[in-house]
Order: sequence, then C-alpha cells, then structure tokens
Amino acid sequence: MGAVTGAWTWLTTGANWAGTDGVWHRLGEHLYLTVVCLAISCAIALPVGLLLGHLGRGGALAVNVSNAGRAVPTFAVLVLLVLSPLGRYGQWPTIIALVLFAVPPVLTNAYVGMREVDRDVVESARGMGMTGGQLLLRVELPLAFPLIMTGVRTAAVQVVATATLAALPGGGGLGRLITAGFNRYDTAQVVAGALLVAVLALLVEGAFAVASRFADPSRRRRGAVRRSVNSRGTPRRWVTE
Amino acid sequence: MAGADCLAANDWICGEYVRSRAQELTDATLQHVWITGVSVAIGLLLAFPLALVARRWRPAAGPVLGFTTVLYTVPSLAMYSLLLPVFGVSAAVVVTGLVLYSLTILVRNILAGLDAVPEDAREAARGMGYGPLRLLFGIELPLALPAVMAGLRIATVSAVSLTTVGAIVGYGGLGNLIYEGMNSLFKAQVLTASAICVVLAIAADLLLLGAQRLLTPWTRGRRPARAGRRIWMRAGRAAV
Repeated sequence: MGAVTGAWTWLTTGANWAGTDGVWHRLGEHLYLTVVCLAISCAIALPVGLLLGHLGRGGALAVNVSNAGRAVPTFAVLVLLVLSPLGRYGQWPTIIALVLFAVPPVLTNAYVGMREVDRDVVESARGMGMTGGQLLLRVELPLAFPLIMTGVRTAAVQVVATATLAALPGGGGLGRLITAGFNRYDTAQVVAGALLVAVLALLVEGAFAVASRFADPSRRRRGAVRRSVNSRGTPRRWVTE
Repeated sequence: MAGADCLAANDWICGEYVRSRAQELTDATLQHVWITGVSVAIGLLLAFPLALVARRWRPAAGPVLGFTTVLYTVPSLAMYSLLLPVFGVSAAVVVTGLVLYSLTILVRNILAGLDAVPEDAREAARGMGYGPLRLLFGIELPLALPAVMAGLRIATVSAVSLTTVGAIVGYGGLGNLIYEGMNSLFKAQVLTASAICVVLAIAADLLLLGAQRLLTPWTRGRRPARAGRRIWMRAGRAAV
C-alpha cells in the first residue's frame, strides 16, 4: 500500500508536473511523437494495404510483416537505431523505430479488411459497371472501414507503448519519468510514471474505439447486425466471423 | 590480431566478442529462455480454467476478456514498474508481467478454439456416452488444439521479445546485455544479443509449430486450420 500512497503523493505534488522533467512536458513529447509517427505510418501503410487488398495481391507480405514484427524486440531495435549513425539526428531514431512497429498492424488490417469484403457485393458492383476506383472508394473502403480503423487503433496503442520504451535509450516521453525514478531508486516516481503511461494507453485505445464507432460510414445501416454479433459477449474486433 | 581490432574499433559484428564473452552470452540466453518458458507455462495453466469459466458462464466472458484486454494495453515498461512495489527487484516482476500478457492471447484463443468445435462432434460424443470431462479432454480440446497452439505461438514469441524490457529490473536475459551495451555504447554486444533474441523467437515458433503438427496429425497435408490463421492475423498488435 505504501507504493500507492507514495505514487499518489508524487502525482499530487505540483512541482512534479512543471519544468522540462515534469509530467506536462513529458506528456507533450509523448503525444507529439504519437501523432507524428501514427500519421507517417498511416501515410505509408494505408495506401499500400488498401491497394494490395483491392488487387488481391501480396497477401503473404501483408500478413507476414505483422508476424515478423512480433519476433523482433522493440527495445533492441530502439537501441540499435540509437547506436547507428542515425543516432546523431536527435529524435529520428525514435521516430523511425515507432513507425517501423506501427506500420504492420495498419497494413495487415487494411489488407484483411479489403479482402473480407463480401465477394458477392464486389461482383454485383462490378456488374453495375463500377470502375476499379469507384469500387475501391464507394464499396470496399466503406465496408472494410471497421477493420481498417482497428488497425489504426492498434497502431496508436503500439506507438504509445513503444514511445514509452524510447525513454530507455534517452528519448523523450512519459517513459522518462519511469527511467528517472529507477535511476534515483524512487519507487513512488516509478509507480506514478507507470500509472500515467497505463492511463494514456487505455485512453488512446478508448478514444479510438469510440471514434471508429461514430465515424463508421455504414454504422446506421448495419447497426442491427452489429448488435446481434456483440450479443456473444465478445468485443467486436475479436469476433472471428 | 584481427579479433582484438574489432573490439577496439567497436565494430557491429565481432567474432572476438562472441568468443571472449561466450559464458556471459550463454548465461543471458539461459535466463531469457527460463523466464520466457516459465511465464508462458504459468500463463497456459491459468488460461485454461479462465477460458472454461468464461465458456460455462457466458456473463463472465465479457469481463474476463475485457480485463485481459486492458492488461494487454498496458506497455511492458509500465507493467513491470507497477509490479515493482509488489515483488521488489526480482525475476517475479518480469515473470508476472509476462504471465499477464500471455493470458490475454491464450484465453482468447482457447475460447475461440472451443467455440469452433462442431456441435455435431459434441452430439456424437454425448451419444456415445461421453461424460463432460471426457468430452472436454477427448473431443473438444484436441479439436481446439490448432487455435490453442496458434495462441501459444503468439504468446511465446511475444514473451521472448518482452523479456528484454525486464532489463530495467536486471532480469531481462539478453535484454540485460542490450541494456549494458546501450549504456557503454558497445555495438557488438547490442547486435549479438539482439540477433540471439530473434533467433530464439523464431526457434520457439518453429518448435511449437512442429509440436502442433505432431499433436494434430489429421490437419497434416492441408492448410493450417482457418480459424487459427484468422486469430493470428486479427490479434494484430505485438505487446510492447
């Protein structure tokens, strides 16, 4: 219990929130890294994933890129990039590492989402004389939207988590509160930093879940179907069928 | 002496480093393997009863899956830090963190595997006089095995990767060497330890794949079960 009260005291001390090593500054760094890296990852992975899914090619690449990402330790990649010649360029090693780990979920989910659009729907759209571009934008994209957003949300949580680790080789972000706490043997600060990181990750996950629900172009039409799927008691994104 | 040169020059690839620190590398690898192995084993032992509870009492499924998802969202550095006051600086911090991560993947996949067992197979077994226990172990679990093994592979590969972060409390296996190498800017040490990590992850994955082939001979000769592949794809995010 001592750790909890210690962390609470740390969090309620105004001085810990101010200055370059303070919570606000670190939170700002964390959010900045998250937004920039998520934007870069989406700009790279969404067009590729959507196009591959539309053409039905490169499935092995789109799926294996995710599985390969799992086998490579994030921490190792961060340290390797910092020690590489890129390490001289400030935040760049961190940004590159974050993008590397955020691309696979966006790519894979965009691809799978496009491939899982009902083939009958695609065929009838073709039969109606839609061109490839129309098909992509007006049929496949809206139907694949929930899964595409799942990919983006997954990537967002991934970036928040990876940005935390970036503190180990000296990057910015909330992880710095934790590493600074470890260096000072200050358990209260370690726990307080960890709580902030955990809350941020959960908030990002929650915000994207809400946003994707409200932004879904076919939300109104498919509301009834969606609810019946959800009655199984499992969150929608995990439903296998 | 070309060997000593690469140490002095701080090269990325250095045979002399591997030769002179063979013992250190072996110790770190062994620590990595046992931390990963123990964590996934405990995770599997806990995941089965949880999945069975979630299946028997459907109202429990939502909270069980929700809770494990929340755990999975917490970044590893934060997870270990939150467990620090509970266990102090010890291997238990890392093992507990990894157990919690593997629970998410395993409970979900076991549940999905059991759900995918055809009702006909259950009916046939009941008709042959199978009791609930024999039904579970004789029919349902073997049929759910491809999905369970898919989960086990994801959990193991993720655990190998996440163990490295345990270096923050000094129990990170090869992560310890990466951490040291980071502080002393020792390139050969960081690259060698990272490479062994990736090899470990791939080896564990192939080992489990082999085990799955042996345990489910009826799936041999055709593509891996579709359910398993889908879970693999959808689970998406590697824990960090």
